[in-house]
Amino acid sequence: MTVMTYREAMREAIREAMLADTRVFLMGEDVGHYGGSYAVSKGLLEEFGPGRVRDTPLSESAFTGIGIGAAMGGMRPIVELMTCNFSLLALDQIMNNAATIRHMSGGQFNVPVVIRMATGGGRQLAAQHSHSLEGWFAHIPGLRVLTPATVEDARWMLKPALDDPDPVLIFENALLYNDSADIAGEPTCDIDRAVVRREGGDVSLITYGGSLGKVLAAAEQLAAVSISAEVIDLRVLRPLDEAAILTSVAKTRRAVIVDEGWRSGSISAEIMARIVEGGFWTLDAPLARVCSAEVPIPYAAHLEAAALPSVERIVSAARAVLGR
Amino acid sequence: MTDAAAVRVKLDHAHCRELLRQMIRVRRFEERCAELYTKEKIRGFLHLYIGQEAVAVGVMQALTPDDAVVATYREHGHALVRGISARRIMAEMYGKQEGCSGGRGGSMHLFDAANRFYGGNAIVAGGMPIAAGLALADAMQSRAGVTACFFGEGAAAEGEFHETMNLAALWRLPVLFVCENNLYAMGTALTLSESETDLRTKAAGYRVPSEVVDGMNVVDVEAAARRAVAAIRDGKGPFFLECRTYRFRAHSMFDPQLYRKKKEIEDWMKRDPIVRFRDWAVAAGELHDDDIAKIEAEVAAEVADATDFAEKGTWEPVDTLTRHVGAEARA
Ligand SMILES: Cc1ncc(C[n+]2csc(CCOP(=O)(O)OP(=O)(O)O)c2C)c(N)n1
Repeated sequence: MTVMTYREAMREAIREAMLADTRVFLMGEDVGHYGGSYAVSKGLLEEFGPGRVRDTPLSESAFTGIGIGAAMGGMRPIVELMTCNFSLLALDQIMNNAATIRHMSGGQFNVPVVIRMATGGGRQLAAQHSHSLEGWFAHIPGLRVLTPATVEDARWMLKPALDDPDPVLIFENALLYNDSADIAGEPTCDIDRAVVRREGGDVSLITYGGSLGKVLAAAEQLAAVSISAEVIDLRVLRPLDEAAILTSVAKTRRAVIVDEGWRSGSISAEIMARIVEGGFWTLDAPLARVCSAEVPIPYAAHLEAAALPSVERIVSAARAVLGR
Repeated sequence: MTDAAAVRVKLDHAHCRELLRQMIRVRRFEERCAELYTKEKIRGFLHLYIGQEAVAVGVMQALTPDDAVVATYREHGHALVRGISARRIMAEMYGKQEGCSGGRGGSMHLFDAANRFYGGNAIVAGGMPIAAGLALADAMQSRAGVTACFFGEGAAAEGEFHETMNLAALWRLPVLFVCENNLYAMGTALTLSESETDLRTKAAGYRVPSEVVDGMNVVDVEAAARRAVAAIRDGKGPFFLECRTYRFRAHSMFDPQLYRKKKEIEDWMKRDPIVRFRDWAVAAGELHDDDIAKIEAEVAAEVADATDFAEKGTWEPVDTLTRHVGAEARA
């Protein structure tokens, strides 16, 4: 048995990659001397030195762009952007460079960079520190967007991400860092595929990242009222594993999407559209979703809780879809 | 024409008392905040200003109610000294609707229109362009206001710092840039983030005049701020004031402070701006021990009252969750 936290799993994954390949290095704000803003990289500076664990100034656009350039030059950088809220300062580099250079160069150049960042709300950090922007990035062709929801995925997703010849973004929901679990399973992760986290026949609950725990808790409550929910963890928001979604919906004939992003123009909207395009005739009920309220996340605890998806809202959405 | 009287710092009894009282207010208020954080009355991030009080207190002396203020997430002191009541700030920290941002912002996002206090910005350097924009609006509407923009030295690495500095100088905008250089941006020392650690050279690159001042000395800060504001009001464009200071506490409540030595903190604490000014004012005969006891008692009562107000405050009903996203009426 190997029990570790999500944070330790991420750290082990980085360590392993750095030990295995000298081209891999970690770069970002406070990854070194501070020990990582979420303590993911704690101890790595001591182990690998400042050449491979690089504290950067507050220059998100520059160091993300430097990561892109270094990747084009043969390195395998892991860029840490602290939180997705600050990734907005680097959005130009991610969108206009990382995502486009392979295409613009007619396939001559590629950008094998991994960009990690924390995401999500629930810690009363208010409207500049609580958003879930992974769905936005999933809009962009040229990127792969990963959302490890379990300790095992945190442990095993980084290697295939680094092996990917193209840019990969990893969104780590900050509420998951203290989760702990046994990572006894297969030491691999397929970053093309969604996974079924719980089998069921009545309704598909489709989610990813920080919402998985809430959805599993909702499925448990639904089981108590004899509703059998299937839980799909997307794991990859781009490219979406459409086959997994449609297979589940073909079986259950009903679906509820749970997404911490805002509803309008969200990844949940995209998932619904795919189901309508590819599975319309298998549906027995209108699709439903549980998203964050259309408001910048407020500070006050009760307002924040009301803004984010909750187990209660997921349960009632599923019951409404089933009419019971 | 610069008004010489406006530039001089009058260190009489009343002014000494005011400077000391304001610094002690900020200190005691924040000490209470730290306690309330451990009691989970205040949540989220809490960035304490303890050690840096002389900067906000000194600079605010040079501002009038017509001026504007933009600050960062480490802004409790700025908000208090600018005139937002301790009650409304504490209620905001609690997330109560009586708070100065209605409970929507919390510690990092204090706002107050009446005091022209434009936040509490928690994106490093994010407030800088806003400050220049406020100054542009003043200039375009022939208003006399100056916008004071506070930020940490960490902001100097951001593009927004450089872009704003250039534009403010190019358009001669009335902005006082106050760089609170406390040597660390979270755990990253200035020497690990800047190839040129003399921050004035960056301002000079944009032809922004500058001054460096001992940020642990409230009188020096006030004097420098008065000179700078006088020059800005004279139409000379923006000014960059670097205040050399130090935060005595952790970056936020979650920081184990692995990046600096205890000895360094202790050495800086010997330069505590409150102790230093208090001792000077007493030695100079401007303040007496009973003045100080009185200030402490007044401040203790104010902080207790603010806490009580916050405790008794009310929660906004959840029904209005999606308020304040857009205007309630569009006309
Ligand atoms: C754009 C951006 N990047 C990163 C952060 C995370 N962060 C918050 S405060 C901080 C350090 C800022 O240091 P400095 O500007 O010197 O101000 P101080 O905290 O010392 O007052 C960092 C890295 C942020 N809030 N915004």
